[in-house]
Amino acid sequence: MNSDHLLQGLKERDPRAVAKAISLVENGDPLADSILASLDESLIDQALVLGITGPPGAGKSTLTNQIISYFRSQGKRIGVIAIDPSSPISGGAILGDRIRMMQHALDNDVVVRSMATRGRLGGLCAATGAAVRIMASSGCSHIIIETVGVGQSEMDIIRLADITALVLAPGLGDDIQAMKAGLLEVADLLVVNKADCAGAETLAMDMEAVARERREKNEGVIEVCMTVASEGKGIKDMLHVVAKIDEEYRQSGEIMKRRMKSHDLEVLDWAVELIKPKFLKMIAESDTSRKGDPRMKAVEILKKL
Amino acid sequence: MAETTHRYRVLIGKPGLDGHDRGAKFIARALRDAGFEVVYTGIRRTPEEIAAAAVQEDVSAVGLSSLSGAHLRLFPAVVDALGKSGAGDIPVLGGGVIPDEDISHLKQAGIVEVFTPGTPVDQIIQAFQQACEAHQGS
Amino acid sequence: MGKNPELQAWEESELRKSLERFPERKENFTNHGGDEVPRVAFPEDIDDDYLENLGFPGKYPYTRGVQPTMYRGRFWTMRQYAGFSNAAESNKRFRYLLDQGTTGLSIAFDLPTQIGYDSDDSMSTGEVGKVGVAIDSLADMEVLFDQIPLDKVSTSMTINSPAAVLLAMYVAVAEKQGVSPGALKGTIQNDVLKEYVARGTYIFPPKQSLRIITNIFQWCSQNIPGFNTISISGYHIREAGSSAAQEVAFTLANAITYVQAALDAGLEIDVFAKRLSFFFNASSDLLEEVAKFRAARRMWARIMKDRFGATNPASQMLRFHTQTAGNTLTAQQIDNNIIRVTIQALSAVLGGTQSLHTNSRDEALSLPTEESVRTALRTQQVIAHESGVANTIDPLAGSYFIEEQTDRIEKEATDLIAKVENAGGVVSCIEEGFIQRQIENAAYEYQKEIESGDRIIVGVNKFQVEEEVKPPVLRVDPIVEKMQVEKLAEVKRNRGNEKVAAALDGLKKAAAGDDNLMPLILEAVKEYATLGEICNVLRTIFGEYKD
Repeated sequence: MNSDHLLQGLKERDPRAVAKAISLVENGDPLADSILASLDESLIDQALVLGITGPPGAGKSTLTNQIISYFRSQGKRIGVIAIDPSSPISGGAILGDRIRMMQHALDNDVVVRSMATRGRLGGLCAATGAAVRIMASSGCSHIIIETVGVGQSEMDIIRLADITALVLAPGLGDDIQAMKAGLLEVADLLVVNKADCAGAETLAMDMEAVARERREKNEGVIEVCMTVASEGKGIKDMLHVVAKIDEEYRQSGEIMKRRMKSHDLEVLDWAVELIKPKFLKMIAESDTSRKGDPRMKAVEILKKL
Repeated sequence: MAETTHRYRVLIGKPGLDGHDRGAKFIARALRDAGFEVVYTGIRRTPEEIAAAAVQEDVSAVGLSSLSGAHLRLFPAVVDALGKSGAGDIPVLGGGVIPDEDISHLKQAGIVEVFTPGTPVDQIIQAFQQACEAHQGS
Repeated sequence: MGKNPELQAWEESELRKSLERFPERKENFTNHGGDEVPRVAFPEDIDDDYLENLGFPGKYPYTRGVQPTMYRGRFWTMRQYAGFSNAAESNKRFRYLLDQGTTGLSIAFDLPTQIGYDSDDSMSTGEVGKVGVAIDSLADMEVLFDQIPLDKVSTSMTINSPAAVLLAMYVAVAEKQGVSPGALKGTIQNDVLKEYVARGTYIFPPKQSLRIITNIFQWCSQNIPGFNTISISGYHIREAGSSAAQEVAFTLANAITYVQAALDAGLEIDVFAKRLSFFFNASSDLLEEVAKFRAARRMWARIMKDRFGATNPASQMLRFHTQTAGNTLTAQQIDNNIIRVTIQALSAVLGGTQSLHTNSRDEALSLPTEESVRTALRTQQVIAHESGVANTIDPLAGSYFIEEQTDRIEKEATDLIAKVENAGGVVSCIEEGFIQRQIENAAYEYQKEIESGDRIIVGVNKFQVEEEVKPPVLRVDPIVEKMQVEKLAEVKRNRGNEKVAAALDGLKKAAAGDDNLMPLILEAVKEYATLGEICNVLRTIFGEYKD
């Protein structure tokens, strides 16, 4: 398939074209440039990008599956990007988030793509951003990015979302503690899943306290939702809250601000990604002794640019 | 285990009603440890669901496992479903409790490799490697 | 406790010298679960409170067996799992087995039946009659038990999610034979929790499944008190690749969940607990397996007494069926499987099983042929009549190694159960995949050992031969599916469809409320409502579980 075919395929919502276009971007294929340059910007502007994150075992994929069902019942076309870590040793990955969404496998208007982190910081962020735009250009009005909320690269991916939901569940223990410093400070929505399990109320109270504190600091509309994703409970309410935040943020210009920020971040990622080989070469050429202060050397090299 | 340098994407699936996924999960992990990105779609899928997932994930090969004796129907059905989705180029490999005399039937139906109990995992990884290479070259 | 000085002396002189001259075969000797196996066990290694830990056969904590006389009274039930194709073919195989001296029937159903689909469902295509017999309605069940007097045999049915439906059909057939429900003996597997973990034939979500299961407990205690209402199964957990200790831990954790669900539904512990039965795997590590069975028995007795306050001895006894490990059978040099099965069966008998299935040599290739099934049964008969191991009770008790292993498995499994409970219990752990992951990890490590040659499987990664022509395999003719679909259509034509609709409607209402579902399911099957119709009614109310 050449890029014209692919672009035509995207317009026609051909699943194979969407998949191929994402692969080209993911693999850094030069063909990707002409595709990315010709995407439908107005569709991209209109799409809502929802980040779903949280520790393993919180029920993210099950929740995502229910969100798909709800949006589909409203006739909306949905994209999902499910991200799993690559093995640091082999570089391979098992991408298993899709299992929970297989009931939508035959629905052409549910576009699911699994991606591995491939051990790179910037590249993943850039590839995910491109995948979002490709899906939006193929008519997806709602795009979900699902990722485990640990590690810096995942935090960066979450910044690609217009609105971020942090999914927690009772009984997960220390994992949640570890995340408090990070995602709790950026999420717009704190979702207490497995709300029928012991400990859910305590967790919800903790989350309410976090939300209150952040609201007082004027950090925006921070909401707490309760769900039982395995039974589809609380999904509708949660998505109403998402819609409410989306509306408010679009009016206030917050969404635009976030997108500009994530745009800058993506450009930065690409810049770093693209200049890396050049820098490595310059470092190697600058001095063979490999001694002295690294920071000073970096400053020297930048001067030469 | 053999290492691969490219990041090949493959799908491992279990068509039909058979829930014995020990073998499928082992292969999925072994492929991961050999550097593949493996989309695992779980048990009890229809051939059409597996094909649709393979298309969306843009994989270079599909591996199927069945232990219930329904392979003669299910494996070719996945090949057909891929063809109908315009993805007939994606090679399909299969394994499970498969009597020797069925292997030639399966190959005629378009399954490129068939693995039976006791096939060394390195041989399976190598077959995926070759299938992916052939697919990307095509 | 300080080390025995004489032991220390032995280690420093004789042992050390020997090791210097002849190093051992391997650096580490480990079992399936990766635990180190001691070079030799000593009296110091075991907790020597005899009465507390071992006691007497037929007496708490039942470590030495659940009956005072064990096999001196009666051998274990030799129960061969069988069933394939349609009801008529399976009926023939059952009658052959009874002629050959099996003492209990064990029915294998095909996958559509196990997952609650009729043979004409699109999901059933290609699977009808393949791994067991296809049952769509009472009409099939009548043929399946034709000329088999249900008051004379005990029947085990490997059926889980739709267990209530198949049990209702069994009761209805008995009624037609003139056998009263009270005379029925047998077991339904009915263990849905392990389906989510390891075997995959789930239909409904866990909560709704637990409701159906407690309905069965209650109804059976009042109507068929001689029936085991559940067979809580470690077998499939082990087949999925768990270690022996994990098998015990996850099985008992599931059992605790069932007991708690029944208590929560208002049932009396000593009313239903005595009909709980268990089902374990007998794998090839003979001594560890013997220890595993003993440890499981002791643990269950302690759990029931201390945790649930069960006072009836029958409630504290862990009675179990055993099957030899299917995953150890090889497709290479299949006669070697007969020897594997012998060792495994021996472990079950030395471990005090109540009934036993021995696998056939050709099962890694296909369904077993009649000849292979006979050899498998003969294996049990040789152990029973010729080996002498059945003449004394719990013969390995007091072996330092066996007792050390029994203690170790009890400790490991107890710790693992606590871990599951701290993480929110079995249902939550299943939904999060915690239990599945533990099993997967163990399976992966084990398989890697085989692939690397660290673990030898005779005839597979060592001692291979160029194989001659493979023996004949039994296969199910695809015509079976067509015939079954035709028969189903005929049943639907000839029944009273209005009565069926009314019965299904009643069931639907009950499912939405709190009534016991068993009487309504029984009514529906008597009107020849199909398995698929009944399960679909429940699907609309309960929803479906997706992995």
